[in-house]
Amino acid sequence: MSVRDVYVLGGNRIPFVRSGGKYLKASNQDMLTAAIDGLVSRYGLAGERLGEVAAGAVLKHSRDFNLTRESVLGSHLSPTTPAYDVQQACGTGLEATILTANKIALGQIDSAIAGGSDTTSDAPLAVNDSLRRTLMKVNYAKTPQQRISALAKIRPGQLAPDQPSNGEPRTGLSMGEHQAITTKEWGITREAQDELTARSHQNLAAAYDRGFFDDLLTPYLGVSRDNNLRPDSTPEKLAKLKPVFGKGEGATMTAGNSTPLTDGASAVLLGSRDWADEHRITPLARFVDGETAGVDYVTGNEGLLMAPPYAIARLLQRNNLSLQDFDFYEIHEAFASTVLCHLAALESPEFCKEKLGLDAPLGSIDRDKLNVNGSSLAAGHPFAATGGRIVASTAKMLHEKGSGRALISICAAGGLGVVAILEACE
Amino acid sequence: MTDTYSNLVNTNPVGKKIATQLGLPRPTRLRRYEEGQDLLSGPAAVAGIGDAPVAGWATGIIKASGGDVVPASPEASYDKKLGAIVFDATAARTLDQLDELRATVGPAIKKLGSSARLVVIGTTPAELQDAEAAATQQALEGITRSIGKEMLRGSTANLLWVDQDAQGDSSVLAAPLRFLLSARSAYVSGQPVRVRAADVPDATDWRHPLAGRVAVITGAARGIGAEIAKVFARAGATLVLVDIPAAGDSLSKVANDLGATALQLDVTAEDAGARIAEAVARKGDKLHVMVHNAGITRDKLFVNTDENRWGSVLDVNLRSQFRINKTLLDPSVKGGLADGGRIIGVASISGIGGNRGQSNYAASKAGVIGMVRQLSQNLADREITVNAVAPGFIETEMTAKIPFATREVGRRLNSLLQGGSPVDVGEAIAFFAEPGSAGVTGQVLRVCGQSQLGA
Repeated sequence: MSVRDVYVLGGNRIPFVRSGGKYLKASNQDMLTAAIDGLVSRYGLAGERLGEVAAGAVLKHSRDFNLTRESVLGSHLSPTTPAYDVQQACGTGLEATILTANKIALGQIDSAIAGGSDTTSDAPLAVNDSLRRTLMKVNYAKTPQQRISALAKIRPGQLAPDQPSNGEPRTGLSMGEHQAITTKEWGITREAQDELTARSHQNLAAAYDRGFFDDLLTPYLGVSRDNNLRPDSTPEKLAKLKPVFGKGEGATMTAGNSTPLTDGASAVLLGSRDWADEHRITPLARFVDGETAGVDYVTGNEGLLMAPPYAIARLLQRNNLSLQDFDFYEIHEAFASTVLCHLAALESPEFCKEKLGLDAPLGSIDRDKLNVNGSSLAAGHPFAATGGRIVASTAKMLHEKGSGRALISICAAGGLGVVAILEACE
Repeated sequence: MTDTYSNLVNTNPVGKKIATQLGLPRPTRLRRYEEGQDLLSGPAAVAGIGDAPVAGWATGIIKASGGDVVPASPEASYDKKLGAIVFDATAARTLDQLDELRATVGPAIKKLGSSARLVVIGTTPAELQDAEAAATQQALEGITRSIGKEMLRGSTANLLWVDQDAQGDSSVLAAPLRFLLSARSAYVSGQPVRVRAADVPDATDWRHPLAGRVAVITGAARGIGAEIAKVFARAGATLVLVDIPAAGDSLSKVANDLGATALQLDVTAEDAGARIAEAVARKGDKLHVMVHNAGITRDKLFVNTDENRWGSVLDVNLRSQFRINKTLLDPSVKGGLADGGRIIGVASISGIGGNRGQSNYAASKAGVIGMVRQLSQNLADREITVNAVAPGFIETEMTAKIPFATREVGRRLNSLLQGGSPVDVGEAIAFFAEPGSAGVTGQVLRVCGQSQLGA
């Protein structure tokens, strides 16, 4: 079986909005459908059958067992377009991109949409486990007497809902608490975090101002810009915030240099060269390769969000590239300190030798090539939607530049990291 | 926007009775075009002055479009309500001959059904050397406009002035005549349209004249723009719809419903033309129709307006068109305007008659008229036609915000006693866009129900 080139042809997302706000009434399905429909209208694909649509959400209602397929059916794509759900925590969007790109490369499909959606405004609230077990007994009761006696066992304490949390099931620690440990281990300063954060806001604001998102974003429910964006953000203003993760003197992570809970959705259009030509779409970038890593954070051997450097090392080796061979680095800003920990690790001779098994460190990168149009600290981070946001924006950046290569890196819960390489088209 | 008064006096029995007894106006529900609709609601009575060189062509066009034709004369008794009268006065050269029009058309008007049509065909006065001949032809305008004001039950009267070298060619007359006869011109009355000689491709399907044509419509997210898009889609066009990024949400919905492409773009951007061409190139090699519909209002009395209000209205409504046209008219641009293409603007009766508080808007809309007249001449050798519509009072979200009394005046002060629908503007623009309208250029067609404003 031969392998063919795969291209990122375009993207669309809705503005990301802080949870509990403008998208309070929007479900994941509403948002994903809107993201897909915006992409459909941008490329005039109404009524078309695409190879497939792969997308997902991290926080999902049980009724959303077929979220992506339902979104496709509610969109203007042909109902004969197949779809499936992907779920890999914050890596969902990028993983969906890799999956569909691989199918296109193998010739199994010619076109695809990869994406994701997340909302913590419309998050599922489940009955707690104790009540659930009682209700299951009621459900399976065969006689009315059995049913009544089962129902009689319900106690007031069981009525409290089981709220979703972004805590790690195996450690009980929240992601921020995990990252606070890693931040301390790597000695990342508050100043460096605030500086990176301010830059993210300023870069994103500048990108909006120059119309960068005009063909990457479709307004939704009256919102036309990410509302977490603070164009006037400065390190000085950020320095005034109190730490929220970590304890005591050394705590450095604030609500400013951590991403807030956000609602939103994104979608990326991928295709083969032939499919792009048939549709007269100029490809934005070539999808080169992707890699996923997992780390053992449970025993404390590695930080929860430290998988990306492992994935990057393997991806570079496979593609015979050095870390400096890139024109853009898109490193997802779960927390400002995550990005800084990754960069520190890639520069560290000890880490690269002991953890990655390399003779020499991968080295440092040109910071002027990092997240040049802003990233999650400014845009917000609706978990599964972040991958699509980054892939589409990065592909457009390469198209604008007309040459070069970009590295995308996304850390995810469960000690996961998903990374990929895009390249400008000839 | 609903016209409550019209509904009351037309559908409510009590309202109907009161209106009749008090002699209040009862606006007729206009016949509007629906897919597959017959050209006419009844037979067309056709006659003319002298040897009436165009009457035969007109008869052929009506019959080819599925309409019935009966001969008109002063003595004719029509056994059915007429759908239209077509009167060929192209051969009239003396004032005496106008009496033939009076004698023939008068009795026929009495036999018109509702939403019927009078189309008078004349010879372009400017082409006639003889003063009485020119006067005779110019008189047709006064006659047609007056009849328009006398018409009842939603009927209209319009005038086609056909150049002498175009009078021997049925193909150049077909699209304009069909437009004025059909329900597509529901809100056009009292208007002269000049038809010149031109190469017109054979019409294969007059109901879908834009099949295979790529069209761009700006300001298409809502209101009149969205309605233009619907008419174009019905006529078979491949569409690229443009609106500002902030309106992208509704633009996307309009586009997806019509199977069109959405382009989020501020028309005032420096690269707007290039980005339009790029989007067009995805749909075809060349653009056939460019509709400049995007427009804004920033109303303020002239003495109180400021630089920003003044500049932004001129920039969006007019200056942007020059920039975009410049790019699209460059023959080397992929996705640029094809020779034989169409540029269509949207003027306004405010641009013709002026409007209190709208000096900036009126400037931009009068400017559109000026541009149309000159650019049409500049592009004649490339067979690109340039025209504009001038909407009158159209029922939109924008006019719904006008205070009640002002709105009622605007709405009733026309021969059809009602506001127009956005679709009426769309129909007129689609008419200019047709390949068959090659003989119509440099013109501003009012879609105003023969409004007295700016007349």
